[in-house]
Amino acid sequence: MKPFRVWLVRLAGLWPGTRRERELSDELASHLQLHIDDNLRAGMTPDQARRDALLKLGGIEPTREAYRDRATVPLIENLLRDTRFAIRQLRKNPGFTAAAVVVLGLGMCASLAIFAFVDAALIKPLPYRDPARLVGAFETVQLCPKCPLSYPDYLDWKRVNKVFTALDAFESNGMSLRTGVGAEKVDATVVTAGFFKTLGVAPLLGRDFRAGEDSPAAPRSVILSYAAWQKRYAGSASVLGQTVTLNGDANTIIGVLPPDFQFAATGPAEFWAALHTRANSCFQQRGCHSLFSIARLRDGVSVETADANIKQIAGELEKQYQSNRGQGGAVISVTELEVGRIRPILIVLLCGAGLLLLIACVNVTSLVLVRAESRRREMAVRSALGGSRARLAGQFVTEAVVLVAAATALGLVSATWLMRVLIGLIGPDQLAAMPFLSGLGLNLHVLAFAAAVSVAAAALFSIAPAWRSFLPDLREGLAEGSRGSAGTTWRRFGANLVVLELATAVVLLVGAGLLGKSFYRLLHVDMGMQPEHLATLRVAEPDSIRDNNAKVVALAHEIMNRCASLPGVESVAISSLLPVVGGNTMWIRVLGHPFHGEHNEVGYRQVSSGYFTTLRAKLLRGRYFTDADDASKPSVVIVDRALAEKYFPGENPVGMQMAYAGTTSPPMQVVGIVEDIKEGALDETTWPTMYVSYNQDPDDRFSLVVRTSRGEHALLPTLASTIRRIDPDIATFDPRTMGDRIDNTQAAYLRRCSAWLVGGFALLALLLGAAGLYGVVAYSVSRRTREIGVRMALGAYPGTVYRLILNEAGRLIAAGIAIGLACSAAAATLLRGLLFGVSTTDPATMAAVAVLLAIAALLACYIPARRAASIDPVEALRAD
Amino acid sequence: MSDKTDVWQGTLALMVLKTIETMGPLHGYGIARRIEQTSGNLLSLNYGTLYPALLKLEQEGSIASAWGVSENNRKAKFYRLTRAGRKQLEKEARDWRQATAILARFLAPSGDAA
Repeated sequence: MKPFRVWLVRLAGLWPGTRRERELSDELASHLQLHIDDNLRAGMTPDQARRDALLKLGGIEPTREAYRDRATVPLIENLLRDTRFAIRQLRKNPGFTAAAVVVLGLGMCASLAIFAFVDAALIKPLPYRDPARLVGAFETVQLCPKCPLSYPDYLDWKRVNKVFTALDAFESNGMSLRTGVGAEKVDATVVTAGFFKTLGVAPLLGRDFRAGEDSPAAPRSVILSYAAWQKRYAGSASVLGQTVTLNGDANTIIGVLPPDFQFAATGPAEFWAALHTRANSCFQQRGCHSLFSIARLRDGVSVETADANIKQIAGELEKQYQSNRGQGGAVISVTELEVGRIRPILIVLLCGAGLLLLIACVNVTSLVLVRAESRRREMAVRSALGGSRARLAGQFVTEAVVLVAAATALGLVSATWLMRVLIGLIGPDQLAAMPFLSGLGLNLHVLAFAAAVSVAAAALFSIAPAWRSFLPDLREGLAEGSRGSAGTTWRRFGANLVVLELATAVVLLVGAGLLGKSFYRLLHVDMGMQPEHLATLRVAEPDSIRDNNAKVVALAHEIMNRCASLPGVESVAISSLLPVVGGNTMWIRVLGHPFHGEHNEVGYRQVSSGYFTTLRAKLLRGRYFTDADDASKPSVVIVDRALAEKYFPGENPVGMQMAYAGTTSPPMQVVGIVEDIKEGALDETTWPTMYVSYNQDPDDRFSLVVRTSRGEHALLPTLASTIRRIDPDIATFDPRTMGDRIDNTQAAYLRRCSAWLVGGFALLALLLGAAGLYGVVAYSVSRRTREIGVRMALGAYPGTVYRLILNEAGRLIAAGIAIGLACSAAAATLLRGLLFGVSTTDPATMAAVAVLLAIAALLACYIPARRAASIDPVEALRAD
Repeated sequence: MSDKTDVWQGTLALMVLKTIETMGPLHGYGIARRIEQTSGNLLSLNYGTLYPALLKLEQEGSIASAWGVSENNRKAKFYRLTRAGRKQLEKEARDWRQATAILARFLAPSGDAA
């Protein structure tokens, strides 16, 4: 206890107080007085008495110092004094301080914000029990590497596999909820009974599904999300046991999920219902694929082993069932599924932010070095007055620490702001698919990262000037005119730093250029339609008529007719799915061609007669559908150019017949060919797609596409209200313009985010690089004032001086650009996955970057060059 | 000065404690003079070194201080022994006696050791 008490007292002694000092002074004065009294009594003269007393004491100041060392902790005391001194020094140089803090703060801001995203997405584990053991199992076909399972296949996989402790299925389709005012479309997911158990998630309230609760005979039950419980039931505990009507069936509420539950594959669903197989539904058919799955690996089983086992089972099913031909299986870890697609962009952004931080550090290092250079004389004087090297170096360290601490504070504050901006940039749709980002913020990981960066930066900023100061002997700093040699060393070192900065800026600019160009190319890809002025809305007809095709078609036409009569509407059409969302496929065979059960998989859409004219697609051959192509007529089909070229090579498909492979459905006659429409992702090659007539093959869920001559945004609410007036039980949802839909596709937002961010980083890097160059050239000019004065006195023209300065800078710029371009060629391979329609070594981008950087750099040099050219030789020579 | 011995590190505290115990509350100057006298003027004490030592003892809680008036009416800071200080003194004195006794055995003429 005693040492502890002592340290406590000594630490308390650090508190700057004059009381202790005054008491010691009093005590020493009293000591001397007592001693002098004694000496006088012993017969000394007053002078002698005083001298003797002082001598015996050993001097007042040394005593005071020894006392002070004992009273406080000298190391910390020095540190505090250095810190106060450093702050005073920095405040005396507001320009330097502000520049260094802002530059470093910007670098930290960017890297902290991006790191926070990386942490939320890639480092923090998903909120399930032992998430590393969770996998998704998929069926694979040529066009679709991660496809849903059919229910019979799911049952077989579950029964036969030797690698999972549990395999559960889910289907996220949305449901219509009956409310007091009609049908409401809600986000809902149906799951097999073990789903939450497999994830390792327990309900907050009530109970989980029991085994067998997903069998057809069991009463229907549903679990609410926390948000739905709060929103629809005001968080009331009496919600358990109540019933809700979903898709026309009564479901008993048995539980409520915890607030932090998230499941990226389905987005934030409100209702989680037990899966019920329905007679005659998709679940009865081996060829109808609607279920995704989640599984937990057995102990000791790797993802690869599980993948092999599932592939083997899929192979056996292929032999057993015709409908399973060409159908493989795949097992992928859930982590990979959730974050795999944003991993590349995050890594690119982290690299970009890292480079920016590097430039910022280099810039601040050169600022610190210039400052140290100008303080050589001060250091030399302090050294001559007895300051030890350790104390002088300590001064650099404390200054660096103070600078970095201020920059870190700035970085942390601005990073929280930047994170909010970035979340806004992602948009609510994509955010819903990335629930793991909800944990974004300044958590422990981010703070640890900030601490690591600060320590590294502080080390750099203290070691660099300390090392520079002690290279030549300090006394040299006192000598007159000693600036010559030291100036040269610095100039060479600073020049190397600037080349590094410029090269880094080039790498970032090239990255931003390539991403920006990809984004532009992507938005201007030929879509085979005109997406402007299109309003879209998804519609679900009432459950009561869903089994009556005639009524479904009649209602769809009623909806189209009502919407077509709205003011400004040019044409209305419906399609089972909208462009750019991908979706359903079918297997086909061409009648008259040899067929051995191959899986000719093509995209599949049910469209109304006006679909192609509304989209302004291009008819290549034949005709469009008419309203007369209905159930009473032979089936007709329109194919796109890709399908025609792949399955009808060298033939005219119009008039030929196709059929669904593996079924007994009647053949369909091809009546037309359209130019490819981007039905799938923007950055993928167009799937061969077939279109069938909605009147012949209806669906009670479809999307409405409306072309208007007025504002398409304003039309959206009108469409919804018009449809609800027909029948309040029709659910409408997801109103969006086609332009919005395209902007929100994953292909577009990934590139938009990365292009904007890397662009922002690159712009900052360019500014910092130019500022660094300016600093070096300006310093060089200030050092060469006398030389330039002599040259001008000897008859050099201002033009010659310009050339002198710009020549020197030009070499740096050229080196920076050359090295930067070489590095960016390598760095661009990292971007490959994000590029679209540009090569990694796009010469136009490279050239543009080189020109942009050269212009910016020359502008930065022009200011000091002009100062050099306007030097008055008389003044210059008189100086010093 | 060569005939005088400097105070060994670590023993000063013990001397201070013992002096205060013997003399009762005493000021720094008095303690210094008393130590010199007790040593028969064999110890050379730099009075200045006494004050950090007093501070250390005070930080450890062995002594406490208060301002008072000296015998010849001068204002002075008086140090007195605390209970903890008394205990420390006892313990250190015991340790010291033991240490000197051991050393004495070593340094005794070799004939006695056998």
